[in-house]
Amino acid sequence: MGVNDTMRRRDRRLLLIGLVGTLMLGATGIAAVGLRDKAAFFYAPADVAERKPEAGTAARLGGLVAAGTVVRSEGGKIDFVVTDGAADVRVSYRGVLPDLFREGQGVVAEGRFAEDGTFAASTILARHDENYMPKEVADSLKRTGQWKEAPAPTGQDASYGVSIGTASMPAMAGNGR
Amino acid sequence: MIAEFGHFALLLALTASLVQAFGGLLAGHRMNPRLAGLAGSAADIALIGCLVAFAALMSAYIRSDFSVANVAQNSHTLKPMIYKIAGTWGNHEGSMVLWCLVSALFAWMLARTPGTLRWSLKARAVGVQGLVGAATLAYLIFASNPFARLDPAPLQGADLNPLLQDPALAAHPPFLYLGYVGSSVVFSLAVAALLEGRVDAAWARWVRPWALASWMFLTVGIGLGSYWAYYELGWGGWWFWDPVENASFMPWLLGAALLHSAIVTEKRGALASWTILLAILTFSLALLGTFLVRSGVLTSVHAFALDPERGMWILLILAVFTGGALALYAWRGPSLGSDKGLFAPVSREGALVINNLFLTVATATVLVGTLYPLAGEAIFKQALSVGPPYFNLTFTPLMAIVLVVLPIAPFLAWKRADLMGAMQRLWVAGALAAAACALAIAFAGGKALAAVGFGLGVWLVCGAIAEVADRVKVGQVPAAQSLRRLGTMPRSAWGMALAHMGVGIFTLGAVAETQLRIEHTASVPLGGTTTFAGYTARLENLTSIDGPNYYADRGTVVVTRAGSDEVVTLYPERRFYPAARMPTTEVGLRHELLGDLYVALGDPAEIDGAMQWTLRLYYNPLVSFIFGGVLIMAIGGLVSLTDRRLRIGAPQPARKTAGTAAEPA
Repeated sequence: MGVNDTMRRRDRRLLLIGLVGTLMLGATGIAAVGLRDKAAFFYAPADVAERKPEAGTAARLGGLVAAGTVVRSEGGKIDFVVTDGAADVRVSYRGVLPDLFREGQGVVAEGRFAEDGTFAASTILARHDENYMPKEVADSLKRTGQWKEAPAPTGQDASYGVSIGTASMPAMAGNGR
Repeated sequence: MIAEFGHFALLLALTASLVQAFGGLLAGHRMNPRLAGLAGSAADIALIGCLVAFAALMSAYIRSDFSVANVAQNSHTLKPMIYKIAGTWGNHEGSMVLWCLVSALFAWMLARTPGTLRWSLKARAVGVQGLVGAATLAYLIFASNPFARLDPAPLQGADLNPLLQDPALAAHPPFLYLGYVGSSVVFSLAVAALLEGRVDAAWARWVRPWALASWMFLTVGIGLGSYWAYYELGWGGWWFWDPVENASFMPWLLGAALLHSAIVTEKRGALASWTILLAILTFSLALLGTFLVRSGVLTSVHAFALDPERGMWILLILAVFTGGALALYAWRGPSLGSDKGLFAPVSREGALVINNLFLTVATATVLVGTLYPLAGEAIFKQALSVGPPYFNLTFTPLMAIVLVVLPIAPFLAWKRADLMGAMQRLWVAGALAAAACALAIAFAGGKALAAVGFGLGVWLVCGAIAEVADRVKVGQVPAAQSLRRLGTMPRSAWGMALAHMGVGIFTLGAVAETQLRIEHTASVPLGGTTTFAGYTARLENLTSIDGPNYYADRGTVVVTRAGSDEVVTLYPERRFYPAARMPTTEVGLRHELLGDLYVALGDPAEIDGAMQWTLRLYYNPLVSFIFGGVLIMAIGGLVSLTDRRLRIGAPQPARKTAGTAAEPA
């Protein structure tokens, strides 16, 4: 069981360094490509108006759901307008909205810009918490002067009633408790 | 009064932790066993203090004592008792009390279990653990006091976020914290070894059970969180590569690497300084994860109320512990003299090095993807997000390579191995994997990724079975003798086989769910139907129900399948919690081994003059394999932990002969 039996220490070290080097280079390369191609930029409606992203660009769009713009149609399709006060972007989505999706509240949509300048969302990001506002949305609202510190709870109640529409919920919510 | 008592107990625990840190570290420095005794007694007191504080907070929750601000913000008299109890740790302050309690408990276990560890090394580890405990206790007391009073006390509380009122999520934080804090014990042992300037097999034998337990708890914690996301959020998915998820996943990955490198350090005396570095980095990632979750620097879909100021505290703790430990590593690491145990590239050690390299690089790609939005914002002056496509491109291929090597490693001998021989013993598993690949290509509509994934999963499961079969010499000795060998197989060998098999089962589930999921959205009126993938779903009726602290609309959705008599009735709900003023979705779910039927009830809307409800229907194949696989991994860890050679403080086994392939890793 001498040195001849195993590899010489220096050779082994060289092999290890070679392996680590190749792996690191490969992973860095893939990660760089991945970050260049797959990282989606975050757009506020004002950014969209300014930069006019190409159709097909993957992105996240964040802002407030403009009041009175939510339209539901056949097949679970939902259209609404995201605004930051400076500009508006139409968003179309198919599916079940997250629980805390409300008119007048912050929203982040993930998807692609379409040919006609609207945004086709594949995912509407939910919040788990009433008091939470995505950082990017808060930042862009602050830029456009739409930011209000700690929105009043009564306002939230009102928008809740609006977004659920004519559902049985608000009626139930008012049944005495 | 009880709240003040709890607050006092926390202060007592903080003082005791400081004494423990001082006593333990000085005992090692001065070689004074009496100081080590002092550190041990201080650990007793710190544990009692944390227990009392935790009990005091829990009692405030059970009694709905709204004069305690924390209770008023997170509880409600109508909340079911189980969630009142779980509410103790369902919020930031309470969860930090739990963290401190677990930390004190582990420090106490470290100090009080008799064992083979050199007393000075143990005293130093107890001391470092005392420092970790003191830092978190100070953060708790000075930056997030759970016992702050409200005057006047409100009559009713604001309720726990309804999304958290769920059995899986009630158990999720304790398991995560057991995992995170477990990694702090490994960190303490690593720093103690650096202070001591010596790393040996006895040290590695102490590290292994803690690393294993920590990894096992993290596995369960992450699995519960993922399961919760799957059925509670109603999005049909179970993993979103969200920063908060990655935060717990990174220490898990690195913890898995640590688990394997510690084996090499114990058995062969090699890779010691690498094991120490991994121990430091694993705990650092656990702290980083806590920072990311709490500070809100990254946008997460799972974000709860955040506090950037608290984030700064955690960042400070992270900087001090990671920076300090790495500086110590740079100073003392080279003199550890760890590079013993030569081995050929093709050997058990070699395979475990590959495991470590790839797991570490995979962790790095997750870290880069998670933190890139921060860097990107600074560079591009525009916020950006990194989503699943990035992780699928970088993380998945790296892990695929790990999974290809995984079943081969147990067949390789220590020091120098015969790769061809190992492959020969695995040919059945290889053939079955190739068959699975071919079948997947034939039936999955030519999805290359699905085919590769199924092949890998079968390779892993069959590889684990082949390893056990080889160990008991199936076919080489009479069946009765094989059975007897099965009975006497060491628990650690069972644990390894189970955990590796769990990885395979998980892979099968994950590939099936992501590649072959069927998704369908429709809006239907009452009594209306919609069809998807051979299923017909009818929205039978809607009823209003009164829960203990919510109201709900419950839909009755009847699903039938063409060419089958089976009728499945699902009850998706839309709940409204008046106290928290929050709606939630409860999905209707039918679990089956081969796949889940999953329906979420959406908003109603008036379309063409009629009320229609949005239904989102999924058929999620092999979901049970995902969570089952995770569970089996954790059970493997548990079985391994019960092996007497891995038990903390177990008598030192007789001097082992140089390992052979048959020796359990």
